[in-house]
Amino acid sequence: MNKEAHETDARASTEVPSDHDDAASDRNTGTEPTPRALTVHEPKPGCRSRLRTLLVPLLAIVTALIIGALVIVFTDTSVYAAFEEGFLQGIVQALVVIIRAYSAFYVGAFGDPGQILGALLSGDTTRIIRAVYPLTETLRTATPYIFAGLAVAVGFQGGLFNIGAEGQYFIAGLTTVFVGYALTGLPALIHLPLALLAGIVGGALWAAIPGYLKGKTGAHEVINTIMLNYIAFRFAEYMLDVGGPMARGDGRPVSPEIQPSAYLPRLFPGQIQVRLNAGFLLALLVAWGVWWLLFKTTIGYEIRTVGHNPRAAKYAGINVARNYVITMAISGGLAGLAASTDILGVLRFMPNAFHSGYGFDAIALALLGKSHPLGVVLASLLFGALRAGARNMQGIARVPIDITSILQGLIIVFIAAPEIIRLIYRVRQLPKGEEIDLTHGWG
Amino acid sequence: MTNSLRIGEARRRKRRMGIVFFVFSLAILLLFTPGTRADDVTTFTFVTARGMEIPIADLIFPTLVGLYLMAGLAALAGIWQFAKGFEHPNAVLGVVAGFFVLAFLTWAARGRSMNMTGMLSSSLLRAVPIALAALSGIMCERSGVVNIGIEGMMLMGAFCAALFGSLGGSVWIGLLAAMLGGGLMAGLLAVLAIRYKVDQIVAGTAINILATGLTSYLSTRYLQVNPALNRPPTFSPIAIPGVASIPIIGPVLFTHTLPVYLTLILVAGIFIMLFYTRWGLRSRAVGEHPRAADTLGVNVFKVRYVNVLLGGLVAGLGGAYLVLASVARFDQLMTAGKGFIGLAAMIFGKWNPIGALGASLIFGFADALQTRLAILAVPIPSQFLLMAPYLVTIIVLAGVVGQSRAPAADGRPYEKE
Repeated sequence: MNKEAHETDARASTEVPSDHDDAASDRNTGTEPTPRALTVHEPKPGCRSRLRTLLVPLLAIVTALIIGALVIVFTDTSVYAAFEEGFLQGIVQALVVIIRAYSAFYVGAFGDPGQILGALLSGDTTRIIRAVYPLTETLRTATPYIFAGLAVAVGFQGGLFNIGAEGQYFIAGLTTVFVGYALTGLPALIHLPLALLAGIVGGALWAAIPGYLKGKTGAHEVINTIMLNYIAFRFAEYMLDVGGPMARGDGRPVSPEIQPSAYLPRLFPGQIQVRLNAGFLLALLVAWGVWWLLFKTTIGYEIRTVGHNPRAAKYAGINVARNYVITMAISGGLAGLAASTDILGVLRFMPNAFHSGYGFDAIALALLGKSHPLGVVLASLLFGALRAGARNMQGIARVPIDITSILQGLIIVFIAAPEIIRLIYRVRQLPKGEEIDLTHGWG
Repeated sequence: MTNSLRIGEARRRKRRMGIVFFVFSLAILLLFTPGTRADDVTTFTFVTARGMEIPIADLIFPTLVGLYLMAGLAALAGIWQFAKGFEHPNAVLGVVAGFFVLAFLTWAARGRSMNMTGMLSSSLLRAVPIALAALSGIMCERSGVVNIGIEGMMLMGAFCAALFGSLGGSVWIGLLAAMLGGGLMAGLLAVLAIRYKVDQIVAGTAINILATGLTSYLSTRYLQVNPALNRPPTFSPIAIPGVASIPIIGPVLFTHTLPVYLTLILVAGIFIMLFYTRWGLRSRAVGEHPRAADTLGVNVFKVRYVNVLLGGLVAGLGGAYLVLASVARFDQLMTAGKGFIGLAAMIFGKWNPIGALGASLIFGFADALQTRLAILAVPIPSQFLLMAPYLVTIIVLAGVVGQSRAPAADGRPYEKE
């Protein structure tokens, strides 16, 4: 991992697997520094350098948006038509296209500022909720991203590359939806936690397989998680196929509806279209929990030690094989929660053969967030906003939704290679930080 | 580890392998014989396609005899393994697994007939894109650059093949454009990984996402609006004179389109280049110990740039194959994970082109098998058949093949001192 990239938002958000983790995390979270923290020779960041650390990520996003605008303009026939009439018309039309697209994008991600202001002034709660609806969609979209991103991040911290979030999502979806519809007559207070737990267990068990195999036989987790993804996908397809064991039975390849007692409560139950639910709050809570686990507990310390150097960990008396299983199980449980919150909070049943795409995005999220829970949350919010915005942009400005992937790819490139951004904007480099290394290839 | 311990481990390993052989034998008996009646007959045909008929008699035999034969052979291998032990148990395992597959086919085709030539031929066709992806990975990783962007490179290749093949009206233009498209993505990976020392998995992920976005976006904007842009010509099969008329082998290997031959040549070529040329030695040195290579005057950066770009060209070829040698159109996300399966094949094949081809053929065979069995109406849900190759890969990797070791410097950026 690039040290500048680390430096840019380390103080704001990130944590790295290093020998000084405890000290570093104390500093990052603003708690009182322990004596160990004093041994780390780093000047306390002032306000200006704090701002500067945010500069590169912001510029990365801006640059990606500029390139995205160019892609939109260069692929718009109306712009070419206007340029044939004259240069000025062409420029004007290009600007019109960009503004139309990005304002739709902004409104889709955050809501119409005028409407929000009007609603706030009127003081009518219903109007306010309607106005901030796009924002709630952003948060809702970010919810499974947070879980999936955390899943991959925990894997990275433990030296494991979990490409299997997708498969863990499918298995957890099956277990969670089964508990959701098969158990009846339970109070919500018992049913909902049970259904969530079912998702965690499903994902954890599925992910523990490659962890066990790696510890036991050295079989590589990348290949095994890829294989398990396909197996999980086919298994889910079998279970939910028309006539399958978990199909609804009305000729549709979907599971039955879950019981209302397993619903994750919506945050604005009065507004039927607002699908933001308690899953988002759970995601924030779990992100904090993961941070606590990784940086404040013995298990977390062992996970990170193994991730940093399995051989050293072994000589320090840590059971590496067992640690791989634990790390993967935690990782899979988190990926499972992505499925649980999707199903219990939003879908309320499980459709067949749907491609969630979380497995892929999760890798990007963990990398963007530098495998630190807070970083993952921020990255997930960004991706949630991008996706929600792009949906609106497709609807209103007829820009294909795939522009999100282009923007995501570009943002990852620029954040991972901040030199490019520095080169473009002539931003001075910050003092060098510690060399960090999140992924070690296949090793 | 002391010597006696090591011998003990070897003995345990030997015995374990013997047990595996017996398990295969038992599985054949328990899974397939109960559903077979004594008068069931299996027919394997060797029909060849498209006017290149070579008369070979169909193989007709009682199903049960076939099953007992396969179970017996597997059991014999087990006995031999216990008594004396094979010198290359992994190779024998492959053969025994082959017995199991043959027994399965015998059982599946009972009372019906199955075209073995067609099946093997279609296995090869399905293995080609996977093998190309694996080759691309090998090119990059042997020099120490992890490439998980193969999927994106293939996708870009497929898109360029469809677009420029349609525009130019020529398969050659399509092929060239595809390779350049893959190369372009690889160039991005190279610059990010080598020049900017970005974490290579980050860079690969970015390339996958970027390529997915770009190709889907552009195809929505252009190819879907104007179908003429998505109607590329395709390669037609070439029967290689002489060898194509060899029974069975001819139709399976020598009646394909040019990209298929190209792939086979590439496998051999990259194998030879990697292990018998100066370029290969340098690549491997850079992948294992870049500092040592640098000390000896090898330009680490140059070697890595060249290899990553070559890997991109190969991945682009894989994308072109999907369009110009099979479906003749680009669809969004049409690579459907082939790049990742290629990565699996690369690891399975221990970063060796020949091994990777073997692994690709296993995946291709399973894929081909699944479509045939759907026609034969085998009483197993097709999803379980589709799972089988992945399950087998896991079992094989875990139980028998053991650790597959990556080049030592794989994934680590090189910094000159």
